[in-house]
Amino acid sequence: MLLEALSHEFMRNALYAGLLASATCGVIGALVVVNRLAFLSGGIAHAAYGGVGMAFFFGFSPLLGTLGFSLAAALVMAGITLRSKGRSDTVVGVLWAAGMAAGVIFADLTPGYPADLMSYLFGSILTVGHEDLWVMGTMCAGVLFVAVFWHNDLLALSYDPDFARLRGVPVTFLHFLLLCMIALAVVMLVRVVGLILIVAFLTIPPYMAEQWTSSLARVMALSALLCAVFTVTGLAVSYALNLTSGASIILVAAAAFFADLAVARLRQNA
Amino acid sequence: MDAGLPASRTTVPEHRAFCKATMAEDKPAIELDRVSFSFNGRNVLENVSLTVNQRDFLAVIGPNGGGKTTLIKVMAGLLKPQQGTVRVRGEKPADAARHIGYMPQDLHLEKDFPITVMDVALMGRMTHHRLFHGRYTREDKKAAAEALERLEILDLADQRVGRLSGGQRQRLFIARALAGDPKILLLDEPTSSVDPEGQTRLYRLLKELNETMTIVVVSHDLMVLSSYVTSVACVARHVHHHDSAEITEGMLEDAYHCPVEIIAHGVPHRVFRTHTYEKEPE
Repeated sequence: MLLEALSHEFMRNALYAGLLASATCGVIGALVVVNRLAFLSGGIAHAAYGGVGMAFFFGFSPLLGTLGFSLAAALVMAGITLRSKGRSDTVVGVLWAAGMAAGVIFADLTPGYPADLMSYLFGSILTVGHEDLWVMGTMCAGVLFVAVFWHNDLLALSYDPDFARLRGVPVTFLHFLLLCMIALAVVMLVRVVGLILIVAFLTIPPYMAEQWTSSLARVMALSALLCAVFTVTGLAVSYALNLTSGASIILVAAAAFFADLAVARLRQNA
Repeated sequence: MDAGLPASRTTVPEHRAFCKATMAEDKPAIELDRVSFSFNGRNVLENVSLTVNQRDFLAVIGPNGGGKTTLIKVMAGLLKPQQGTVRVRGEKPADAARHIGYMPQDLHLEKDFPITVMDVALMGRMTHHRLFHGRYTREDKKAAAEALERLEILDLADQRVGRLSGGQRQRLFIARALAGDPKILLLDEPTSSVDPEGQTRLYRLLKELNETMTIVVVSHDLMVLSSYVTSVACVARHVHHHDSAEITEGMLEDAYHCPVEIIAHGVPHRVFRTHTYEKEPE
C-alpha cells in the first residue's frame, strides 16, 4: 500500500518535504527545548500568519510573506529576550496576537476569501511542489551547517550564556541567529503541519529525546529521527484513512508522547 | 608613545608587542579605579578602588546583597560599571578574558539539560581566537580531562550534569574555570554546597594553584579562608581592602555588624590579633 501511495508524485513530494522538515526540526526543536523557547516559537509561528494574509492581499508568494514576517518577529523577540529572558512573555503574547489579527484583517481585505488560507493554518503537505522542495532543502542545509559549525558555541550559549560570553562566544549574534533559524523552521513547517501545530512538532520529539540521551547533539539527531518516523507514519495513516495529513502527523506524535510518558511513569512506580 | 624609539632597531609593532607582553607580567592582575555600579537606580558598588596583585589570593567577604557577586562580575567583565575603570593585567576585561577563569555563583541551571560533565569542562576551552567551535581539538580534551582529574571528578566525565550532587557540580564548575589555563581565577562561592572536608581539600588545591595564579574567592567561610588568603576585601557597597589575611574587628563590623558570632564560632585558625581577641572577648 505504501508503495502504491508513493507512485503518486504528490505523495513522494510530501515524503521529501516531511523528511527535510524532520531534519530541520530535530536540530531547531532541540535548541528550542533546551532554551525554553517553546512559547516564543509559538509567537513567531503565529506572527507568521500575518505574513500569509499580507501575501494574499498584495499577491506575492505566501512563502515569502511568512518568511519576512517570521524573520521580523524573530528579530524583535531576539532583541527583547537578549537581556531579560523572564520578562519576554508579554511581548511574545502581543506579537502572537497582533500577527494573527493582521493575517485575518488582510484576508478580509482581499477580494474573494482565499480558500487556501486555511491550509496555512492546518498544513498542506500534499500540495508541496518542486520549487518548495528546493527552498526547503536550501534552508535545511543552512540550519544543519550552523548547527554543526557552531555546535559547541550554541551548546555553551544555551547552557550558560554568561560563561559563553566570557569565553568569547558571539552570544548576541548567535542568539539572533538562533531565533532566525526558528523562524526559518516555522516557515518550512507551515507547509507541512500548519501554523497551529508547529509548537507541538518543535517540542514533542526533542522533549522525548531529551529524556533518553545526555548530549545535545544526540538530542538533535534523535528528535530528527522521531520527526521523520512521525511524519512517515502520519502520512501513511492519512493516506490509508483519508484524513488530513498535518493533523494525522501530529496525532501520531502526540500518541507517542503520551505513550512515552506512561511508560516512564510505570517504570518509576515499578 | 613610541616617539623616542629608533625605528631601525625594533619596528613599532614589535616594540609594542614586547611592551605589552612585559607590561602584562608587571601589571597588577586586577585594578579597579573609582568604580561605581548601580542596578535599577540602586548603587551596588560605590567608588571602589582596589588592586589585586599577581599571585594574590584575595578573599571577598561581606553581607548578603553587599555586592560581592557584582564585584567579581565587574572584574570578569560581565558587568560594565557606569563609572570608573577596570583593568585586568593592564587590559580591558574583555581583552583579557582568555586569562580569566570564572566560576559563577548561581548554578541552578536547568537540571534536565542534556549535557555531560565533559561537555561542561570543555566549555572552559573556548577562546575567541576561534570563530566557531564545531569540534574541540585533542589538546582541548586533554586539558579538560586534566582539570576534571584535579577536582577528582574525571570518573564522572560521561555523566549527565543533572545527576551530580551539589558539591560535585561546584567542583565541575571550578574545573571548567581551570580548563582554559587561566592566569586569574575568579570563584564566586565555590564551597557553598561542599562538605567541610571537601572544603579543606578544595582550599588546599587553590593554595597550590595560587603558586602560579591570582585567585579571587567570594566566600562566607571566613575561618577556612583566613589560613589561605593573602588579602581580604570586605564588600558592603564600599570596599575595604586589607593587605593581609588578618581579619580585624573593624572590618568585621563594617562587613557584618556582628563580630560576636564570628568569635563565638570556635576558631579553627587564629584570625584576630591576640590582643584584640582578649580585649574584646565578646
